Amino acid sequence: MSAWEHLAILPILLPLAAGASMLPLGDSRRTLKIILNLLATLALLGSAWMLAGQAATGTVEVYRLGAWPAPFGIVLVVDRLSALMLLVTAVLALAALLFSLARWHRVGVHFHPLFQFLLMGLNGAFLTGDLFNLFVFFEVLLVASYGLALHGSGNRRVQAGLHYIAVNLAASLLLLLGVSLIYGVTGTLNMADLAPRLATLASTDRALFQSGAALLGTAFLVKAAAWPLGFWLEDTYAAAAAPVAAVFAIMSKVGVYAIARLWLLLAGNDFGADWLLAIGIATLFVGMLGVLAAQELARLAASCVLVSSGTLLAMIATGNAAVIGAALYYLVVSTLALGAFFLLVELAERGRSAAADILAVTREAYGEEDDDEDEEIGVAIPATMALLGLAFVGCALLLVGLPPLAGFIAKFALLDALFGALGTHAGVSPGLAWLLLALLLVSSLATLIALTRAGLHRFWAPLAPAVPRVRVIEMAPVALLLLACAALTVWAGPALRYLDATAAALHAPQTYIEAVLGTPAEATP
Amino acid sequence: MELLIALAIGALIGSGVWLLLRPRSFQLIIGLSLLSYAVNLFIFAMGRLAVDAAPVVKAASEAAHYTDPVPQALVLTAIVIGFATTALFLVVLLANRGLAGTDHVDGREPPP
Repeated sequence: MSAWEHLAILPILLPLAAGASMLPLGDSRRTLKIILNLLATLALLGSAWMLAGQAATGTVEVYRLGAWPAPFGIVLVVDRLSALMLLVTAVLALAALLFSLARWHRVGVHFHPLFQFLLMGLNGAFLTGDLFNLFVFFEVLLVASYGLALHGSGNRRVQAGLHYIAVNLAASLLLLLGVSLIYGVTGTLNMADLAPRLATLASTDRALFQSGAALLGTAFLVKAAAWPLGFWLEDTYAAAAAPVAAVFAIMSKVGVYAIARLWLLLAGNDFGADWLLAIGIATLFVGMLGVLAAQELARLAASCVLVSSGTLLAMIATGNAAVIGAALYYLVVSTLALGAFFLLVELAERGRSAAADILAVTREAYGEEDDDEDEEIGVAIPATMALLGLAFVGCALLLVGLPPLAGFIAKFALLDALFGALGTHAGVSPGLAWLLLALLLVSSLATLIALTRAGLHRFWAPLAPAVPRVRVIEMAPVALLLLACAALTVWAGPALRYLDATAAALHAPQTYIEAVLGTPAEATP
Repeated sequence: MELLIALAIGALIGSGVWLLLRPRSFQLIIGLSLLSYAVNLFIFAMGRLAVDAAPVVKAASEAAHYTDPVPQALVLTAIVIGFATTALFLVVLLANRGLAGTDHVDGREPPP
């Protein structure tokens, strides 16, 4: 066994080793921690890139821990979807880490180890091919996220953190119930082994299995913040420190990932599709209302997460390969854009009082005019504000889905695929699909209105113009994420081809199953 | 025995859910603990209930009478993780009590 075959486990081992080695270092050895953290995150990005390159050829890499044959041992599986999620996580993590180095990593203890443990949990959840290990990695990432959500302390964070932890603990219990029920019925925890066993399941056991799957799905929907299970998200994300909120942008996507993976692998889209579609549409609608109602920029960003989650859930529920391929492109773009947006919000809000937001909205509602309009003519916008404004426009274009950035391509691909699916009636009831189409457009409009309003108040006509002090290292991560989105625009062709192949592979799980259960001899050293 | 276990799990889940919906943070953590006990019992029961059966089989003749070891391993992991998360939650709960000055989960007393 060559050393390269161990690459698949590197995204789990690397953060574990980095995080564990940083724990005993005291608070005074901060520089060393920064170097370790940066090196580990960069190495993670490199390994994720290589794994994605490997997966792009269509090979499903299976890493058998301890070289035990598949249904008995624990496996890690790297296919296109896992590699894609790893890559997005690594890019987002690098940006958030760079941003935190300016000041946020100093406001509390153990930021760096917790950050690495969060990455370990995320990567593990994306890689594992075993239901129980999925639960374990969920717990790893959640425990790290509890610590990070409280990073910086303060009344508001502790308050939001309490709700966040309580909801997620309850959801984890549901996850455990679902996993054990599925084990009790089928006698296996290996995802690939489950799929063929379902075909031979006795009809009396089928109801039990479906209730297990429903429990599992509910737990994932809580993580994805689907309506009505997602009320924890807005408070937590709005209260969290900016770099933490940026990494959290991928966390709600873990639930979406798990649903996409398991639902397409196990249910073969004949179980609960209408429910999933309805829940996705409801989430999209509630997110849209949240976007319109938000008075605070951070809350606006958190509501955008809901919109993104709802869109993805509804798209996955259509069970159409072309739609899901486009949805994956949307997932990547919206995750990166939301990460950039969370970082940007903190920069723009710096040095402003919370009352100014409410005042701005009230002023708009009552139509009060500025008295000192003449004085402001000729005042140049400071360079910092201009840069921040440009980045804001970039984020807004991506989130709304306007040309020329990747957000437009994502929305366009989604609409195109949905129209295609409507023509063939492939598993989608036409009424719901039309509703989804309409809501997708309306939610774009709502996001556009809300972001334009927020941008005008923040950058063009602020009530109390305060230029925030922004350092280059804080602007660079925002630029990095926006550039990544720009790269996705330029290379949209190859990216969409990769994602379409991903969606096609999700719809034909036979390759995945055979790779995992196939002859174990090839993996033994 | 099946009936007894099922009743025990049901009673634990019922009391856990009721406590989970109460407004005090202490009730919340006791509710979560009860729920996790119930879930642990449930996982254990998913390996089928067997009396006087060993989980490790040495000879083929013993294979007819053995208990499934996998749920036992799972329940052990779940207990450890549940213990750690409960301890962590307790810390947050105390911090919230200290910062807000009340043990209401929303950090403020509801208007009378």
